[in-house]
Amino acid sequence: MDMSEIDTIPVTVTVNGRKVQRFVEPRTLLIHFLREELNLTGAHIGCETSHCGACTVEIDGQSVKSCTMFAVQADGSAVTTVEGLANPDGTLHALQEGFRQMHGLQCGYCTPGMLMRAKVLLSENPDPTEAEIRHGIAGNLCRCTGYQNIVKAIQYAAAKLNGREFQEAAE
Amino acid sequence: MIPGQFVYHRPSSVAEAVGLLASLGEEARPLAGGHSLIPMMKLRMASPEHLVDLGGLADLKGVREEAGSIVIGATTTQAELIKSDLLANRLPIIRETALLIADPQIRTKGTIGGNVANGDPGNDMPGVMQCLAADYVLTSPAGERVVAARDFYQGAYFTALEAGELLTALRVPVPPAGHGFAYEKLKRKVGDYATAAAAVILTMNGGTVATCSIALTNVAPTPLFAEAASRLVVGTSLDAATVKAAAEAAKAIADPATDGRGTAEYRREMAGVMVARALAKAESRAKGT
Repeated sequence: MDMSEIDTIPVTVTVNGRKVQRFVEPRTLLIHFLREELNLTGAHIGCETSHCGACTVEIDGQSVKSCTMFAVQADGSAVTTVEGLANPDGTLHALQEGFRQMHGLQCGYCTPGMLMRAKVLLSENPDPTEAEIRHGIAGNLCRCTGYQNIVKAIQYAAAKLNGREFQEAAE
Repeated sequence: MIPGQFVYHRPSSVAEAVGLLASLGEEARPLAGGHSLIPMMKLRMASPEHLVDLGGLADLKGVREEAGSIVIGATTTQAELIKSDLLANRLPIIRETALLIADPQIRTKGTIGGNVANGDPGNDMPGVMQCLAADYVLTSPAGERVVAARDFYQGAYFTALEAGELLTALRVPVPPAGHGFAYEKLKRKVGDYATAAAAVILTMNGGTVATCSIALTNVAPTPLFAEAASRLVVGTSLDAATVKAAAEAAKAIADPATDGRGTAEYRREMAGVMVARALAKAESRAKGT
């Protein structure tokens, strides 16, 4: 087959509340579509082998690794990236605030994926235990902090979203 | 890493999908969750010229009960299996296993059909389906045929699936209410394939095992139904000597490779340990303790 004849095809996606249409090659991965077509560089390319979770975005309410999905598979879906996480008035989402307050990051590379994964985790389980948080972020690797402060950041956000003040467990 | 080029097909019915797969032949691959295929395409270890996307086919999704069996559509995701109340009640081993596969994001996309049809010996559901004596429904333009999970696997990545056929559903006989079950998986970390794993389904009558089925994951090029080990346990009270004998019988059919998860000797030994642990857990569940 002469591969130069492969047609681009239309993909219509609602990204962070905005409907966009682009013509893409079928082989375009969703992460490349977001970063290169839409200039949304929040979701990161880490391992590219679906291990690290840096590319995690929310699609129709579920967490997906956008490096292991073709953009054409997202046709008709609603995608939320970290750029769409802050509150409409521009203030930080409880999770962003939690990562800031609890020092849930050092280099920041894994953070967009951690935030987007934690958002879906808290939507499915609004008041998770520490063990549930750790299992919930099992698909996201951090090579800086060792997860302790990431877990605290998510606990902080869960408390805030439940109208409580976050109490750090005694060490 | 960018996959090679391909022509993308989005059929609107199962008939159209199998028609495409049959007419395009070896150059076409079905695309379900894509979490085995896309990584292989990125590594250029797979470069299909056509992908037939099953994502839009509602007929291939869902879990339902039908005449003593549970029918699971091939593109039902691991996350959907975990959330299914029907499976939690009738076939809890499937939920237990799905929770041990990969990580939450991957379970959002990964499907049970892909897991069992791909032929990867590291996948967890093939052994569980052999343990449950499940059947696979294979669909082609000529119609449907049914192949038992215990007859489906021929070698690593080699299965009974013919070119132009699509695995469309799994039919799983429902074990009696109150049955014991366990899937014990030894792995190095979350998301890893098994160093060795064992599935057990058993029923007890008083203190005696009435029926038992044992299968093994990732200790051979295919999943293994441990028939001799299963038979050995029936009629016993699962005393220590019986459990040891069953573990030995399972080890005797294991043929693991030495890899990053351990030496062949270690992995064979662990197959026995997983069998013993799975028998103990299944027994305790069957007794309601």
